[in-house]
Amino acid sequence: MTTVKIPEDMELVYDYPDSLTEADTHYCPGCTHGTIHRLVAEVLDELGVRTRTIGIAPVGCSVLAYNYFDTDFAEAAHGRAPAMATGLKRVSPDNVVFTYQGDGDLAAIGTAEIVHAANRGELFTTIFVNNAIYGMTGGQMAPTTLPGQVTTSSPTGRDVKAAGYPIRMSELIGILPGSAYVTRQAVFDVRGIRRTKRAIKTAFRAQLEGCGFSMVEVLSTCSTNWGMSPQEALEWAEEHMVDYFPLGDTRVSDDVRAFMEE
Amino acid sequence: MAKELLEGNEAFAEAAVRAGLEAFYGYPITPQSEALEHLSKRLPELDRVFLQAESEVAAINMVYGAACAGARVMTSSSSPGISLMQEGLSYIACSEVPVVLVNVMRGGPGLGNIQPSQADYFQSVKMAGHGDFHMIVLAPADVQELIDHMVLAFDLAEKYRTITLVVADGSIGQMMEPAELPPMRQVRPPEERTDWALTGAKGRDANTITSLYLGAEKLEEVNLRLQRKLREIAAHEVRWKEYETEDADLLLVAFGTVGRICQTVVRDARDKGINVGLLRPVTLWPFPSERIAELADQVQGILTVEMNAGQMVEDVRLAVEGRCPVEFYGRMGGIVPLADEILPELETLAAEVKTGQEA
Repeated sequence: MTTVKIPEDMELVYDYPDSLTEADTHYCPGCTHGTIHRLVAEVLDELGVRTRTIGIAPVGCSVLAYNYFDTDFAEAAHGRAPAMATGLKRVSPDNVVFTYQGDGDLAAIGTAEIVHAANRGELFTTIFVNNAIYGMTGGQMAPTTLPGQVTTSSPTGRDVKAAGYPIRMSELIGILPGSAYVTRQAVFDVRGIRRTKRAIKTAFRAQLEGCGFSMVEVLSTCSTNWGMSPQEALEWAEEHMVDYFPLGDTRVSDDVRAFMEE
Repeated sequence: MAKELLEGNEAFAEAAVRAGLEAFYGYPITPQSEALEHLSKRLPELDRVFLQAESEVAAINMVYGAACAGARVMTSSSSPGISLMQEGLSYIACSEVPVVLVNVMRGGPGLGNIQPSQADYFQSVKMAGHGDFHMIVLAPADVQELIDHMVLAFDLAEKYRTITLVVADGSIGQMMEPAELPPMRQVRPPEERTDWALTGAKGRDANTITSLYLGAEKLEEVNLRLQRKLREIAAHEVRWKEYETEDADLLLVAFGTVGRICQTVVRDARDKGINVGLLRPVTLWPFPSERIAELADQVQGILTVEMNAGQMVEDVRLAVEGRCPVEFYGRMGGIVPLADEILPELETLAAEVKTGQEA
């Protein structure tokens, strides 16, 4: 990193949150992981919980998330982060625990673990980044790939008759009584980024208040594997993803609603 | 503490509680579910953690998470369940967090049956998961030893930051015997958890526990460290028991339930004038290879007896390196070989050895 001296007549208004390290990320240009990492870090700072937070990283593009968050971190096997978070939180109830998972990790190989953790009302928070593709392995079809979407393993477009339909995880997790707060947001524009941050804060507060399981699904882009420029990817996502994955809350428990209305 | 009549599964569960177990995550499977049932009652009474997971896959990853937090944690299962846990075991081994695991073996392959078996020897000592690693493997032969091994298992797991597997078979798990439980140890309070654990980066740099090392040189370095640790374990933790080996001309090698049955074989054979001794490996990994090699110089032949198609016999032969003939007798499918059927095998070996010497 480079250190820039701030001129005397100017004020520093934007800096690294304490909960982020200053490491350069490995993410592709235009990737939204960096934005989402920052939102989580800002929330941890604002809630004053950095020094008691433990993150669980997934297998996928954010496998190295522990290099970017300045909190304790464990690296899980593919899809198993919710099981690890469960085991960890149960023996360390005073810690703040979150998983950070992509759509292959959470909605394919780790479906059982996320459903049962949510259903038990485990007191951790899941940040679920949905970009409708397997990024790290080179752009294969994900459980969330849209009908007709071309990927390296659906070269003629996802045929729902053969490959099934994209899975709407927030709706599925939202109906479980152990869930306290489940929402789907998008980081395609500034308004969406601000809303996503508010949702992440609500999710961590739901954990801190002991309300139950909380999850924020964040619609995201993958310009590299979608074969688009970052700007085109944001526009494509706004145009196509939001139709299939509608934004908004799928679960707000009474406890959570009470503190949201404070 | 006086002896009580205890069932193996409940006994090892209670022994773990007394060894300071903080959390158990498991999934029901015969023939060890009594352990999970006992802990479902016992741990909440003591304000400790019990959780029935949605699968063995989830259970081992819950164990992994709790171990990362520095808690004393375990799971138990039986053969098909252990297969499901193998992914997690590999990650745990590379991450070097202490975990205790119990396998009350049943007949396989596949769903097999729920009868006692030793068919998971290879899985236990040679292929606990992908990658280069070993677990410490303790093989009790009766309920008392099963109890004692639980306490030892936690101590070894934490000393070496490794997985310790206690591998019993369904008959030890289901059998009731008079045995003595250990005294109750204090549970370590969370604030005394070890410095590498994930407890929150308060007043220190953030801790990371991972099994991902993208650079080949870095990963080789990690592997070299793991191998050094395994060599240290192999140098210090080999355990075995011997019965009447001092003057033995023949040697039986058997572990667990069959190891116990072979004590009867030794007695019966000696009544018939066959000078046989028994070596019972207590640790299956590390294996008592050196002692077996020494005995191979003393005896004329070795008979290995197992409840499988012949797995440990490969390690016996590797230890013996041709010094003497090594024969095998085993039963599969959940059948426990009786002393009366092992003795004729020993007599055959005795006759062969004699013929060989005369020729």
